Amino acid sequence: MPKVTIENLSAIAAEAQEKHAAYKSILLVCAGTGCVSSGSLSFRDVLQKEIDNRELSSELKVVATGCNGFCAHGPICVVQPEGIFYQHLKARHVPELIEQHFVQGKPVEHLMYRAAKGERAIPLEKDIQFFAKQQTIALRNRGRLDPEDIADAIRRGAYQGLQKVLAEGIKAEALIDLILRSGIRGRGGGGFPTGIKWQTCRQASLERKETAYVVCNGDEGDPGAFMDRSIVEADPHAVIEGMILGALAVGAQEGLVYIRKEYPLALQRLYKAIDQAREWGLLGDDLMGSGMKFDIQVHQGAGAFVCGESTALMASMEGRAGEPRAKYVHTVEYGFRNAPTVLNNVETWASIPPIVSKGAEWFAAIGVGDVSQSPWGGSSGTKVFSLVGNVCNTGLVEVPMGISLREIVYDIGGGIPNGRKLKAIQSGGPSGGCLPESQLDLAVDFDTLQEAGSMMGSGGLIVMDDRTCMVDVARYFISFLMDESCGKCTPCREGLVAVHEVLTRITEGKGRREDLDLLEDLGAAMKEGSLCGLGQSAVNPVLSTLRYFREEYEAHINDGRCPAGACKALIRYTIDTETCNGCGACVKPCPTAAITGKLKQVHIIDQEACIQCGTCLDACNFDAVRVE
Amino acid sequence: MTSKIVVDRKEVCDIIDRWGKNPEYVIEMMQDIQESYRHLPRAAMQQIASATHTDMARLYHVATFYKAFSLQPRGEIPIQVCTGTACHVQGAQRVMDAFSRELDLRPGDTTEDLQFSLDGVRCLGCCSLAPVVAVGKKLQGGLDSAKVGKLLDRYRKKTPQEKETRDAQGND
Repeated sequence: MPKVTIENLSAIAAEAQEKHAAYKSILLVCAGTGCVSSGSLSFRDVLQKEIDNRELSSELKVVATGCNGFCAHGPICVVQPEGIFYQHLKARHVPELIEQHFVQGKPVEHLMYRAAKGERAIPLEKDIQFFAKQQTIALRNRGRLDPEDIADAIRRGAYQGLQKVLAEGIKAEALIDLILRSGIRGRGGGGFPTGIKWQTCRQASLERKETAYVVCNGDEGDPGAFMDRSIVEADPHAVIEGMILGALAVGAQEGLVYIRKEYPLALQRLYKAIDQAREWGLLGDDLMGSGMKFDIQVHQGAGAFVCGESTALMASMEGRAGEPRAKYVHTVEYGFRNAPTVLNNVETWASIPPIVSKGAEWFAAIGVGDVSQSPWGGSSGTKVFSLVGNVCNTGLVEVPMGISLREIVYDIGGGIPNGRKLKAIQSGGPSGGCLPESQLDLAVDFDTLQEAGSMMGSGGLIVMDDRTCMVDVARYFISFLMDESCGKCTPCREGLVAVHEVLTRITEGKGRREDLDLLEDLGAAMKEGSLCGLGQSAVNPVLSTLRYFREEYEAHINDGRCPAGACKALIRYTIDTETCNGCGACVKPCPTAAITGKLKQVHIIDQEACIQCGTCLDACNFDAVRVE
Repeated sequence: MTSKIVVDRKEVCDIIDRWGKNPEYVIEMMQDIQESYRHLPRAAMQQIASATHTDMARLYHVATFYKAFSLQPRGEIPIQVCTGTACHVQGAQRVMDAFSRELDLRPGDTTEDLQFSLDGVRCLGCCSLAPVVAVGKKLQGGLDSAKVGKLLDRYRKKTPQEKETRDAQGND
């Protein structure tokens, strides 16, 4: 294999492009975790076999890519160069696809995307509304390259930012200044300006004459978020290149990536990418023949939400329990092995190379606010969100900062399924908040969301419909955090148990009038007294739901009623006599045999025997089960 | 007992060597041991302690801190019900309750024959397919409480008599 140098990178890219262009069509089959679990790998295998059998392998190339983003419609295959989008693919579609599209030249309409049943098929990926409003920087290569082939990444422009810095001899200070001027702020949740972080770390390293470390946080603990997993799965070299650039800026020789063990595919692809980068001379003792020394090690997380916190993460990388420490001394000064350490998350690292190759001004022009004086002046660039929950087009989206929630949920997300109504949008993970429909026109940027009582967080956006109970959601997050609190400091450990007790009482209809004040008091104490961000922000979901959905709390307390029909103790299930056609689908799954009725006659639930498990609700195909 | 309780010293040694006897990688070593033995046998922990010059107390601190580790043998087929937010709003609790009833297990426990263990896990990262469950290494999306019994039937061990009755029922 070739050793990549400053001089030959462009030639290697051109050569890979030439080989790529020699194929008549490239079939990009999504092999992200979502599509893989819906069977995309077996589709790929059958597809390849059919191509081989028909001796078309010199014309058609199948590439297993990382996450395409439109997970709701997987397994997905995009045919290049035209960009034709096929969805919900199964192995049995292969012969038809090959024969019609690639032999007869007639794309297969019934496998294409439609906005709704009966509407016309939309052949091209770029015309689908889900993709139309997106702008990709961190996800620039999603679904476009083979993540296990470094040559394919180089063809798509990987390591050009690094080549530019090395070839032009850009100094560390100038590189940091470039990142500062771009205005980029940390994509992991806090929104701290990346350039300031690098600058502080470099200073600490110079002052103490101690070599710094660069670390990539891929712990991604927020439930409902999978941006980092998708980036590593789709484009691991973007993260590696970003980290090398960071290492150049702060003078590090060693980098570490911390990734959750729950992401086996991301780990496997990252290990492979690092090995290839070493073989090709992009990591190691003599990077691109420039004499620079830098290598990357990987650490696997073992399941602890708190390890997303910087001091806990570093403890975990040293082989210890991930307990945070007080942060009056920051990790940029005393971090991993007590050395100055830059910690950025996956998405931030992946955004660095394009900023370097396209320039700070290009990045700063995207987004909102004025970052020309200081990165704190606005939110520049784009942000990746995982758009999930009760929304039609679930998947991964990257949008310019400042876009409204309405555009994300309705234009990109296609609105709420099953004719239900939007109730809330949850962002920021367990430390974030829930925003009601009235806030839909809010601009999505770091500062606006914070003011509204929520936060950007790492980018999980969970859409909730009117069947979601906000008290139950608050209780859900508190019980999550109660499990994940490391237990080191008292306000967080005990406070969460107390808040949980109050919320449980309310969802059981046993709430007291003074409970709402009590929740606010407990929240204030935890905010003030907890050691790390987990405890300090733990009550945000409670406070934001109290702010926007107070009447729902009051309905539970005063009337013993759950308006959304979600709290088990306050509801009963019945069968609608008009809608039920007596198919009997609910009878067998019912664990307590509480449902009776003759075939083709209306069924009845015995309220004495019913345990409110909701199985009948899931089993009914005709929407005849009612919640009261 | 079906679990392999006897610790193969050579295997543990290989695992420790794979991570260069480096005390910064004890978590990775313990993950590999957990995968092989479905728990952390004390003998293996002692081997790690002496090879990496780490206190047993510190290793047990790590072992009890992280969710991935167990000191008791876990089931052959781990069932992980995703309880992430997207799954929660789409009925993950009902799915969890259904597994609990079907297996007669509380979350966190293992069946007596060590076939299944049941856990609620934080986000598995494929929220678009919510509600999601990982059975062994296989992810199952779009699940609901009514489908749980059928799903489990595919994994349940069948005694010869049960097979017969099942076949007989099928012929009716």
